[in-house]
Amino acid sequence: MARISAGVGCSHVPAIGVAVDQGLTEDDYWRPVFKGFEKSREWMAEQNPDVVFLVYNDHCTAFDASCIPTFALGCAAEFHPADEGWGPRPVPVVKGHPELASHIAQSVILDEFDLTIMNEMEVDHGLTVPLTVMFDQPEEWPCPVIPLAVNVVQYPPPTGNRCFQLGKAIRRAIDTYQEDLNVVIFGTGGMSHQLQAERAGLINSDFDKQFLDLLTEDPVKGSKITHLEYLREAGSEGIELVMWHVMRGALDEKVTEVHRHYHVPASNTAVGHIILENHSA
Amino acid sequence: MSAKEYDDIPGTYVFDADMSRVGYHLNMFCISLRLEKNREAFTADADAYLDKYPMSAEQRDAVNRRDWNGLLSLGGNIYYTSKLAAYDGINFQNLAAKMTGMETEDYRDMMLNGGRPIEGNRFKKEWKNG
Repeated sequence: MARISAGVGCSHVPAIGVAVDQGLTEDDYWRPVFKGFEKSREWMAEQNPDVVFLVYNDHCTAFDASCIPTFALGCAAEFHPADEGWGPRPVPVVKGHPELASHIAQSVILDEFDLTIMNEMEVDHGLTVPLTVMFDQPEEWPCPVIPLAVNVVQYPPPTGNRCFQLGKAIRRAIDTYQEDLNVVIFGTGGMSHQLQAERAGLINSDFDKQFLDLLTEDPVKGSKITHLEYLREAGSEGIELVMWHVMRGALDEKVTEVHRHYHVPASNTAVGHIILENHSA
Repeated sequence: MSAKEYDDIPGTYVFDADMSRVGYHLNMFCISLRLEKNREAFTADADAYLDKYPMSAEQRDAVNRRDWNGLLSLGGNIYYTSKLAAYDGINFQNLAAKMTGMETEDYRDMMLNGGRPIEGNRFKKEWKNG
């Protein structure tokens, strides 16, 4: 049977992708950001997942204002990196896992989560930067990826609790898939940041650290953080953190935190990262 | 638009369903600049290009003046307006600096020193000008 062995939380700051693509990772500015991911890449290589299930948000690339699905599951065989205005990132095409993705769609919808199904979709830095962070610059991504796009651009995004419960439904779906597959789930975006208006540049390290603590130790409490608290405490774009609750909901109640990394700044944003292992896997 | 629980957060426009409705054509104009052929058409004849997007006169004026905070107050969203900034050759961090009224170097230094602190930045009543 398929199983989820671990969860990864990480930011998707576009400038991180630019730093890798342009070979700037050894610069003084970027070195501390990437230092914290060295262990993660070693862990990822040991983990050697068969599939990555990647919860992320699109930035008006696949979905502009004309169509705003709250949850959209990528069921295609491949997903091409999108041109976000300066040409597509020089990264491999993302291969999907249509068989597992369609099984998840069927299971999760009958579990009362009304997903949008995407059989064609371009993916932007929200998806490709976390892959770069965890896998560096391979010729091909080492495994198939199932994208789950969550609307966090137009308020309100789904609640933390809704995301957490969806994670549980995804877990039930993967647990009932016949093939023996090791799945690692990513929750991405965040951490505290505000990109807009006079309060731009807001960072709240105390909030971020508490969020990471709750994720490991008391995920139900973490999933109940209100939208108002994210907006006020973590910044208007910090609300992306709801996506981490999908990842956490798909893990065991008790997990082992094997790695954590936190750094300010990357461009306008606090970079946060955590790796949580399931006991049952 | 009715009062919202997040109205008391300073220096912030929450892009909710009301703002999305008001800003629809403005945002669709901005996101169109993601594609090279559209950027070329906008460069060739800005007025004719803007005519294709039935935004309000106020929104169109804010586009022409590159009034970055004004665009947000009129229903623009940062992920959209940043495409107009990118068209002008302004990266995200420098756009953020402009919206805060800070010099680029000062903004970058603030971020290197841990960012804008949360203390004093939670409520409008904490800001002199609200």
